[in-house]
Amino acid sequence: NSVPCSFRFRGGAELLFDGVKKHQVTLPCQPEPWDIRKLLKWIKQNLLKERQELFMEGESVRPGILVLINDADWELMGELDYKLQDQDNVLFISTLHGG
Amino acid sequence: PELTPLLSSPRICMKCKESPAALVIRLKDPFCRSCFREYFVHKFRAVLGKNRVIFPGEKVLLALSGGPASSAMLRQVQEGLRRETAKKLRFIPGIIFVDEGAVCGQSAEQREQSLAAMEAIAQATGFPFHVAHLEQAFELPSSILRRGARGSAAGPGYKAAVQGFIQQQQRQEAAGGDGAACPARPRGPDTAPGSRLPDAALTQQLLRFFEAAETLTAKEEMLQMLRTHLIVHTARTQGYSKVMMGDCCTRVAVKLFTNLALGRGAFLAMDTGFLDTRHGDVAVVRPMRDYMAKEIAFYNHFFGVPTITTPALRPKRREKPSIHHVTEKFLVELQVDFPSTISTVYRTGEKLSPAPAEGTSESELCLLCLCALDTLTGEWALHRGCTRVT
Repeated sequence: NSVPCSFRFRGGAELLFDGVKKHQVTLPCQPEPWDIRKLLKWIKQNLLKERQELFMEGESVRPGILVLINDADWELMGELDYKLQDQDNVLFISTLHGG
Repeated sequence: PELTPLLSSPRICMKCKESPAALVIRLKDPFCRSCFREYFVHKFRAVLGKNRVIFPGEKVLLALSGGPASSAMLRQVQEGLRRETAKKLRFIPGIIFVDEGAVCGQSAEQREQSLAAMEAIAQATGFPFHVAHLEQAFELPSSILRRGARGSAAGPGYKAAVQGFIQQQQRQEAAGGDGAACPARPRGPDTAPGSRLPDAALTQQLLRFFEAAETLTAKEEMLQMLRTHLIVHTARTQGYSKVMMGDCCTRVAVKLFTNLALGRGAFLAMDTGFLDTRHGDVAVVRPMRDYMAKEIAFYNHFFGVPTITTPALRPKRREKPSIHHVTEKFLVELQVDFPSTISTVYRTGEKLSPAPAEGTSESELCLLCLCALDTLTGEWALHRGCTRVT
């Protein structure tokens, strides 16, 4: 049940991940399917180098951070409950203090 | 927290009812990419059309920070000026980028990189590109602290100006000349000082100056003021009568609340409205103020609008965040559970009159913000002019 996927960070969000904008990973095998909720937890534990509260709030992303799944608004896909598919692409854009 | 339903919004575009929706805007409105683009472009044309303050042939300076909102604004201007567009825009744009890297913690190398990136973006548009470094604020003339005289004798009304412009264009085209409406000028930084950074000593002076501001809030206000002064000064000296700033709806709402906290309640309309006339000869307009940050981010992503990320003013260790930061956090978080928060704040702001800032002929103006001194309100006046502070 491992899922290869990629995610990207933009709008300043990349600064929380060593400035690296694109990450290609294969999420490890798991009995239950991967969803965004679990993905965020994984990112928090494995990628988030500093200041976790700048990216996450509770089990979701911090308000002001947009999430796109395969170039579509995650609000259309079930947000945290969306089940990740093979080769899915998740993009996080920070809209805070920008413009 | 309540469970999120699996499909919180319908998936078909509410406009064309055919294509799959790509994003949700406003209150749960799903739009496909194509209809969203139309909506976005239309909003820009509508705000300029409704306000009618930019005359054909006028020189307009676009304040480009590299951030999402001003970058989207630049793209709207580019598209609007293209010959093929039915209702094309008819002004003459230029771009200004203010290098604030020194106070925002960028190294000289990082500043050069930002400048190079901005220069590339500007060159791709063909518009004249001006650069100002924040250090140059020290070189501003004192006239920047005074309202400029408004443009010469009353010109023609808007409609007459458009007609005259169209006729002139038709004459030019009949005579075989190229459309002079908005020529794509070959651009190098010949109007800009180039990407060389100011003298290190001047940079140190700037940093010491900012250190003197004791709170992050004061630093943020200082930064905004100096930035505005540099932009207006450039506009004045380069013959631009208008400046376009990229403040988006979210930013305007934050500014509104922040400025209330700062005692600028009397000047909310001037500080956040579409038209800011405090400088007299140069008018500042905010055509992006009706766009939510989310709409701008999606537009830029879908349609490849280039942006750069520059650091903002950072709190030092254990320093309290600024009022700006706290306000943004408050509004953005409230927006999650109450999605009409920001638009409500914005709409309330729309109802305010800019009159208090303009003042009367007898009222003095604040040196720093050029708004009227609200000295008639006695002990409730928090806004005091420089001349009255020892």
